Amino acid sequence: MTESAQVGGRYVLDRADFPAFLDGMRAAGYRVVGPTVRDRAIVYGEVRAVTDLPIGWTDRQEAGQYRLERRSDEALFGYNVGPHSWKKYLFPAHERLWTATTTDGSFEVRPEPDDATPLAFLGVRACELAAIRVQDRVFGLAGDPTYARRRRSVLRVAVECGQAGRTCFCVSMGTGPAVHDEVDLALTEVLEGDRHYFLLHVGSDRGARVLTDVPLRPASPVEEGAAADRVASAAASMGRSLTTTGIRDVLVNQPDHPRWAIVARRCLACTNCTMACPTCFCQSTEEVPDLSGEKVERWRRWDSCFNSQFSAVHGTSVRQSTQSRYRQWLTHKFGTWHDQFGESGCVGCGRCITWCPVGIDVTEEAAALREPARPTVPSASKGTTP
Amino acid sequence: MAARSLPPAAEEMPSPWAPVPFRVAQRTAETSDTVTLVLTPARDAPEFPFAPGQFNMLYAFGVGEAAISISGDPAAPGSLVHTVRTAGKVSGALAAAGPGTIVGVRGPYGSAWPLAAAEGKDVVLVAGGLGLPPLRPALYTMLADRGKFGRIEVIYGARTPKDLVFYRQVQEWRARTDLRFQTTVDAADRSWYGDVGLVTARVPDLRVDPANTVAFLCGPEVMLKFTVQALVAKGMTEDQVYVSLERNMKCAIGLCGHCQLGPEFVCRDGPVFRYSDVRRYLTVREL
Repeated sequence: MTESAQVGGRYVLDRADFPAFLDGMRAAGYRVVGPTVRDRAIVYGEVRAVTDLPIGWTDRQEAGQYRLERRSDEALFGYNVGPHSWKKYLFPAHERLWTATTTDGSFEVRPEPDDATPLAFLGVRACELAAIRVQDRVFGLAGDPTYARRRRSVLRVAVECGQAGRTCFCVSMGTGPAVHDEVDLALTEVLEGDRHYFLLHVGSDRGARVLTDVPLRPASPVEEGAAADRVASAAASMGRSLTTTGIRDVLVNQPDHPRWAIVARRCLACTNCTMACPTCFCQSTEEVPDLSGEKVERWRRWDSCFNSQFSAVHGTSVRQSTQSRYRQWLTHKFGTWHDQFGESGCVGCGRCITWCPVGIDVTEEAAALREPARPTVPSASKGTTP
Repeated sequence: MAARSLPPAAEEMPSPWAPVPFRVAQRTAETSDTVTLVLTPARDAPEFPFAPGQFNMLYAFGVGEAAISISGDPAAPGSLVHTVRTAGKVSGALAAAGPGTIVGVRGPYGSAWPLAAAEGKDVVLVAGGLGLPPLRPALYTMLADRGKFGRIEVIYGARTPKDLVFYRQVQEWRARTDLRFQTTVDAADRSWYGDVGLVTARVPDLRVDPANTVAFLCGPEVMLKFTVQALVAKGMTEDQVYVSLERNMKCAIGLCGHCQLGPEFVCRDGPVFRYSDVRRYLTVREL
């Protein structure tokens, strides 16, 4: 049944042949990373065997809540998204940028060498493909070479969602659940009675190359229909929605809306939303000298606009209140991101809602900010105008 | 298959993060906490062209980087001049760097004073405190091509006479007959013969044609706001005024996020902005 996969082709990969698919990626030189179960969450890690995948697990999510539960079947990708996103590979939370040493009274800077094995991202959701695209733009415009190097070597294997989570709103953001982005391979998992297979769409030559020794057969219209039904049912069961029409102006033009003070009473400025967000890119660098003072490393790590010193000029923060920091984050994500990058910074994955320890819901906040500011709304801030 | 906005392959891209070594050729104390450093390339390097108003990321080895505006003459790009005030660990290390010390430079970054747009017009420069160094390259350029500009009026304010930078040069500028250079201090002692008061108090007396004037402002944000008000009262409009803004600039390439002001990355879209473009952001608290 095996034939050579063609770009643009749609095939069926049986569940029984999934190990061969993993082998194919490894044989092509990729280190496969994807969903694994750790600490009672589905997080991205190395996938050496199919048993590393979250077989039979799903995630139940709500604002401020995340629980793993058993499914009634043995689905490999029967969950939505966990606390990790792929940015941890493309834009590591902590990475060395260069090392410098003193030589002859001067110093010499050596950029970090590129010796990493190319990665295959297995199980990229449609919203996550969109998030990668968003970060491509951010890092691309800034000319960041390490991001570009990693990004270029990645094999993106998408898996469409067959169900939606309670905090999902990709339909509102126009990013999913169907995969429309350019991608190397896209899978849709189908479980019907005793059949368990994947519809596989080949999106690139690079994707086709890993399939050389993988048993595939052309998909029938019935199988394609079954996969499409799965994605359609996910689209129809979104847990959240967000009205995007005019959202930029709603945020940018209302810095004094009383809602900012109300949400700030709950916000802990803990930075969880920005760490879990697959598009947040704020960062800081740090200087790490050795004891001799002759060798220095420059590291960068994720930073967050919720940190108190983030906006500090000469030791004094521009944004001292939690209210101003929450406003900065939400206004940037849904508003000024459009000015900067020509698109929204939100892809509707819902992580910021799920992983907020007090359950602040961006869809609820965005809706509240659309309500006209009324004098009857209590406000804790002196500076707000009704 | 390649994503739409991916940059060129890494091997074609120089690292934007790597500082280039420069040697401190000269160090001049300006005030008790401020020095001017003249830097020359530590190794064979091409000249370092920049536009007035731009800044560099200066690097003190083993300590870190700080955004410092270029205060030298754009017509002499063989050496780089920065005026540094001790404000923290990094600027303190830079200000302490004596001749021969190696420092790192990344840059130049940011937008420039729109000198082309100022040609044929009267030009007002208003500097508060350490706002003069970022304006000095613009003044050098205008004085080098004096005939291209109308009246040039400079108002320079500092807290006390001891806080004035470029003291000798300021005396020379004050003595010139082809510009008016006014100095004022907030608080004076008996040695001071000049004006006492805020820079805004000097604005009504400016002898310029308000309809045909551009103004470049650099100083504390509160000074900028009140100076703009005074210039508007004088008959200018906010779109004739340019300001240099200060935010927390770490990467200088529009990536770290720290310096955002509304939609602007101050490091990349600024530091020089037309006031009418940023007024709405400066009037919101904690934006």
